[in-house]
Amino acid sequence: MRWVKRHLLAFAALAVLFYMLIPNVVVAIFSFNKPRGRYNYQWTEFSTEAWQHPCGTPGICESLGLSLRIGITASFVATVLGTMVAFALGRHRFRGRAGTNLLVFMPMATPEVVMGSSLLTLFVMMGVPSGSEAILIAHIMFCLSFVVVAVKARVASLDPRLEEAAADLGANAVQTFLRVTLPLAAPGIAAGALLAFSLSFDDYIITNFNASPSSITFPMYVWGASTRGTPVQINVIGTIMFLIALVVVVGGQAYSSRRQKAA
Amino acid sequence: MAEQLSGDLRLVGLTKSFEQFTAVQPTDLTISQGSFFALLGPSGCGKTTTLRMIAGLEDPSGGQILIGDKDITSTKAYQRNVNTVFQSYALFPHMTVLDNVAFGLKRRGDKDAKRKAEEALELVQLAEVGRKKPVQLSGGMQQRVALARAIVNRPDVLLLDEPLGALDLKLRRQMQIELKRIQSEVGITFVHVTHDQEEAMTMADTIAVMNGGRIEQLGDPATLYESPRSTFVANFLGQSNLLRATVTGEPGSDGTVVVRSHDTDLEVSRAHLPDGIREIFLGMRPEKLRLGTGGGPNQLKGTVSDVSFTGVATQYLVRMPWGRELTVVQQNDGSARAVVGENVTISWAAEHGFALDAHQDADAGVDTED
Repeated sequence: MRWVKRHLLAFAALAVLFYMLIPNVVVAIFSFNKPRGRYNYQWTEFSTEAWQHPCGTPGICESLGLSLRIGITASFVATVLGTMVAFALGRHRFRGRAGTNLLVFMPMATPEVVMGSSLLTLFVMMGVPSGSEAILIAHIMFCLSFVVVAVKARVASLDPRLEEAAADLGANAVQTFLRVTLPLAAPGIAAGALLAFSLSFDDYIITNFNASPSSITFPMYVWGASTRGTPVQINVIGTIMFLIALVVVVGGQAYSSRRQKAA
Repeated sequence: MAEQLSGDLRLVGLTKSFEQFTAVQPTDLTISQGSFFALLGPSGCGKTTTLRMIAGLEDPSGGQILIGDKDITSTKAYQRNVNTVFQSYALFPHMTVLDNVAFGLKRRGDKDAKRKAEEALELVQLAEVGRKKPVQLSGGMQQRVALARAIVNRPDVLLLDEPLGALDLKLRRQMQIELKRIQSEVGITFVHVTHDQEEAMTMADTIAVMNGGRIEQLGDPATLYESPRSTFVANFLGQSNLLRATVTGEPGSDGTVVVRSHDTDLEVSRAHLPDGIREIFLGMRPEKLRLGTGGGPNQLKGTVSDVSFTGVATQYLVRMPWGRELTVVQQNDGSARAVVGENVTISWAAEHGFALDAHQDADAGVDTED
């Protein structure tokens, strides 16, 4: 009994972990399934067929490619712009700073349905055609807020004396930024970029409002497919994405803890 | 120490005003090359603002800063051959100790940066920790890294902003000696900002006591201590007993002047009496007073109200007939000690007193130290 009491916290933690990871595990297991019908919902027999032909279903790799292109471009642009906004908000006092803070926060608080439909209205009014460009603009817009929040938190914790010290030691403004400020803000910027990418890659609602028949992103493809039948390739690509994310996060953790320990 | 005018640091009418108040009143100051100079004062006296203006981290509202004949007032911090040891050390956490020290040299494109940085670390006795990160070092070690990082650039002037403030007492004493050693070894002008009067007196050749944005008195530690020119300096540097008195006599042939305080005639050296004032505070340092009549011609009678034994000395509070308590510090040299309630005579020599203009606050500078 006492043994159970002492390990209660560990049990609780394992239970939560199990609860959080079970969908990913199911997706991974079913990527080795060979379903009899069009739906991959029931285990029938083991097969690596889908892993050998991940693009074996028409349209799936095209949609994946589009999602990756949009995700990378949107997160890159949002990271650059968001970092600049975060520095401006975190470091300088200017007129309209409070208003800017509020505006940056808005997209995070707005329901996606509202944002998606109003963006569509705006694009139609301005004559911007639906499609991948419209999706990209929309993604940059909502990713920006998350990057700003992530980087701003980091900027706020930076000791301004470090920049003074750099200037005192002969570094001009550009050198100070590149050698001291940027490396110190990098963890925040990286976190913002990763968050932006996963948000963009994952987005369905806003994307769906602004998409055209020629711009089917991966989430749209999966959703569309699920009404007609779910190819096993979806599970394969889902599993690969999960593994990549896992490697990035674990690798990042390992790298930063090694840097901490390095003597 | 070489007296070269070429490298003196000069402040000419230097002033700094913020929206609400003036942090530094127009200040003129010359700090000779190679000297160890201390700016001493309570917090908010303008000493750090002065330092930051010299570093180029704060823009002056007026006046000039010159090193030798070169006016550096309008140059940026990174253009000045002046380096700072910050109170918080401000070591770059993402770089190794060696990279921290080499930072300034690399900005100037010094090919020999690594070797020079290693030498600087040796100078502060930290040669082995070059590959560590600053967070892995103790406070005292970080302090020395910050010093090495500044010294390695061979600046014209090294600024130290309360560099020992975060260290415990024992380490602080060690670092004071260490700093003094390094200063005489490298021969760079050190400008040291501190609120610790003992630290300033231990290390500096010259001290400027600052109060309310201006320099109250400038001089070597002994002169400041023995002949303060204001109640602030008298109270801020050590302790002082101040008696209100009136000058009654003319200078005698022995160089003393008679002043009258609480119906007693007392003598003070003419040299310690400012010209042209009648109403004075007569000041005496506690350790210059003697219990008994052996200290000199000046004598006051009172009752011991408190005795505290501090090891090398005993501190007495002696209540005067008019109610005020005087502090007397006696060396524990084997002479008899007084007890509470005992009637005693306090005596001191004329040359051990100093006179201050009575038109100022007798308590200025009291209790402003830690």
